[in-house]
Amino acid sequence: MTDSPLPKVDPFKQHLQRRQRVGRVWGRVFYLCNFVAILTLIALFFNIINNAFGYVATSYQRAPSTLSDTPLETLDKAGLAAILQKEAPKKLRVLIRDTLSRVSKEEFSKLPLSAVLNGSVLTPDVANLKVSEISDDQAVKILIDNMDQVGLYNAVMSQIVEPTILQSWPLFESLTQRDTIAAQIKENYPDAEMVFRSWVNSTFLQNTVSSYAISAGLRTALIGTLLVITITSLFAFPLGIGSALYLEEYASDNWLNRLIETNIRNLAGVPSIIYGMLGLTVFVRLLAPITSGAIFGVTDTDGRTILSAGLTLGLVILPVIIISAQEAIRAVPPSIREASYGLGATKLQTIVRTVLPTAMPGILTGIILSLSRAIGETAPLIVVGASTFITIDPNGPFSKFTVVPIQIFQWTSKPQQEFRNTAAAAIVVLMVVLVILNSFAIMLRNRYTRRLGS
Amino acid sequence: MAAQAAHLSDDKRKPLTSSSLARKPRPFETFIQTLLFLCGVVSIFTTVGIVLTLGTEAFNFFGKPGILASERQLVTAISADSPLIELTDGGFTFGVGQILEIDGEFLLITTVTDRNHLVVERGYNGSPVLAHDAKKEVHKSKQVTLTEFFTNPTWQPQIAQFGILPLLNATLLISFIAMLIAIPVGLGTAIYLSEYASPRVRQILKPTLELLAGVPTVVFGYFALTFVTPILRGIFGENVVGVYNMASAGIVIGILIVPTITTISEDALRAVPRSLREASYGLGATRFETTTKVLVPAALSGILASVLLGVSRAVGETMVVALAAGAGPNLTLNPFEAAETITGHIARISTGDLSFGSMDYNSLFALGLTLFIITLFMNLASTAITRRFREAYQ
Repeated sequence: MTDSPLPKVDPFKQHLQRRQRVGRVWGRVFYLCNFVAILTLIALFFNIINNAFGYVATSYQRAPSTLSDTPLETLDKAGLAAILQKEAPKKLRVLIRDTLSRVSKEEFSKLPLSAVLNGSVLTPDVANLKVSEISDDQAVKILIDNMDQVGLYNAVMSQIVEPTILQSWPLFESLTQRDTIAAQIKENYPDAEMVFRSWVNSTFLQNTVSSYAISAGLRTALIGTLLVITITSLFAFPLGIGSALYLEEYASDNWLNRLIETNIRNLAGVPSIIYGMLGLTVFVRLLAPITSGAIFGVTDTDGRTILSAGLTLGLVILPVIIISAQEAIRAVPPSIREASYGLGATKLQTIVRTVLPTAMPGILTGIILSLSRAIGETAPLIVVGASTFITIDPNGPFSKFTVVPIQIFQWTSKPQQEFRNTAAAAIVVLMVVLVILNSFAIMLRNRYTRRLGS
Repeated sequence: MAAQAAHLSDDKRKPLTSSSLARKPRPFETFIQTLLFLCGVVSIFTTVGIVLTLGTEAFNFFGKPGILASERQLVTAISADSPLIELTDGGFTFGVGQILEIDGEFLLITTVTDRNHLVVERGYNGSPVLAHDAKKEVHKSKQVTLTEFFTNPTWQPQIAQFGILPLLNATLLISFIAMLIAIPVGLGTAIYLSEYASPRVRQILKPTLELLAGVPTVVFGYFALTFVTPILRGIFGENVVGVYNMASAGIVIGILIVPTITTISEDALRAVPRSLREASYGLGATRFETTTKVLVPAALSGILASVLLGVSRAVGETMVVALAAGAGPNLTLNPFEAAETITGHIARISTGDLSFGSMDYNSLFALGLTLFIITLFMNLASTAITRRFREAYQ
């Protein structure tokens, strides 16, 4: 240093400056790390929205504009039925057979309507006629009486309009390169129409699964999710809160209780697919008479039911509920308990009237968070055996099931680009539900912290 | 007692005696307590259930020979004492020492005359010796040993190859890529949140992390397949990076476990007493030096625990690999190739029609047990380390 021809700099100061420079650089690196999470979230949401909306090239057997002046989905039942009668009079009876009757094709044409359309609304003049003997007007009347607007709309779409999606474009391209897309469609599909399509729409929410992306819907999966989550909640919430109360309020420090405690921590770390294998063996196979509903007289399923799925998910979220409820109960100040004991309350009275109400917001937060985890959980349900293609709405704990995440998985696994769009639409629906649930939990927590803080 | 009670009822003042103050029996309270205890025990049953389920089926897999289709049949009927059998052509080729199964009887091959004629030892392993009709299906019997399970480099149940190596290799490679992302990013975020961020910034950043942690994994799988993979293919070339590849799955899993690592590491960093920070600042250290030379070493056990938990999550993650990493086991170290992980294989095979008790079915449980043991070991280590760091400064 002393031999340096450069002007002398205080080595201490130089060293200090270097240290501070290193510190500043690393501070910035740490700061940037935060952006990975934020950027990923932005990219994730962008990617989903990008795929859930955009232009599609659609071709129609019969363009909807030639059928009606107003958009088809706004027409009432009579209007839709009139289109059916005018454009496809031969398909009216097929429609009655496919949507309303539950008997075989041969029987359907041989027996009177009152026998084959059991449970449907029939006017007396057609009740004793066979299907081949009724007039078009009578057939239309039967359809109007027994189907809802969505059903008739779907019938018009599938029987007359018959749209097919030839290609789809993501939202970003749709907005920035509209002209290129239009030119591409003109060149590749001269007959096609360019339509801006929101893949999330009312028909998407109301339709069942389908082999065609354009008519595929989420209804069975939404009902499935609702039913499965109900079972999960009924099973896991009381059990979870009960365990937490026991561990926090009653358990003394002995080996058994320590074992339970350690065990719960470890269960929280077990991969969820392992729970699926447990559910498959215990609920689907071992308890098949119960979970398939055989002992209750249900005969058309095996153990792969909503009940099995709900119980399996219950086991998955149980440790999460217990741990969060334990934390909430632990946060109740001892003074509150002591005041209650001081007034002569018994242990149970103290727990029910002071501990639980004070801890409730915290417990609820944990419950909501675990609920949103259960709603998004996919792997264990794949193993338990979700049905991939069910068109009949599940109607109870012993039905076959599919849930929203499973549908997302199925659609994403398909090679066609259109199903990626459907999957994105399903993700939008799922995320909306989860965001609502989570913001509710955050709201609860904020209120709770403020109350204990003051 | 009776005399005392009579005395009490006679005396109007009811003096406080030890018996009148004693705890009254409260059957309802005891009942509730027992009920709550039973709730707590359910979690033990869950663990026992997992161990028993995986253990039994895995034991079935390793403990007794499984039966596989060979696509070959008996040409002529054989009586109970005939050691010669004739088979139709096609399907498996048999060798000396292999075991056949016909209708519950096991037959050990002692000589192979030609492709269709075998000499066998009847009633092998104590199985009943029976007469068999022509056209009976001949099954190949196969017993998988632990050694074969852990050393065989092929996993192809269709041809009776059950070696976990390719699946384990993909699992570990993807977890490794995930940790390459998750450890620096997660730790950097934790350090920033605990040492640098103002309370206001923290209030914005923490919910972002929670949001990230709340996104279902199937959505991350979709993201990996439709966003990360195209980007990777754009950067490295479409012939280098496959449509399904381990790199994309690994990167996304890495981001997925950032919240896990950040939350626990931040707790550990915050648990370091103020006095250590102040002492370091007092000696003239910069904030960066305080962080790296004092705080991180002090919180190292907590950070290690978070990393172990992160690895355990990465190993057990299913949906991302099922969607983005591809189907079919593949023993490769090239992250741009498709390869199936343990979880991915379990998920894919489960979606098909699986007959209970078949060798495929049992093999899934052997895989599940391996996965369970790996994650359990890491979770236990993580808990043990966490306990140590909690005690350190109290």
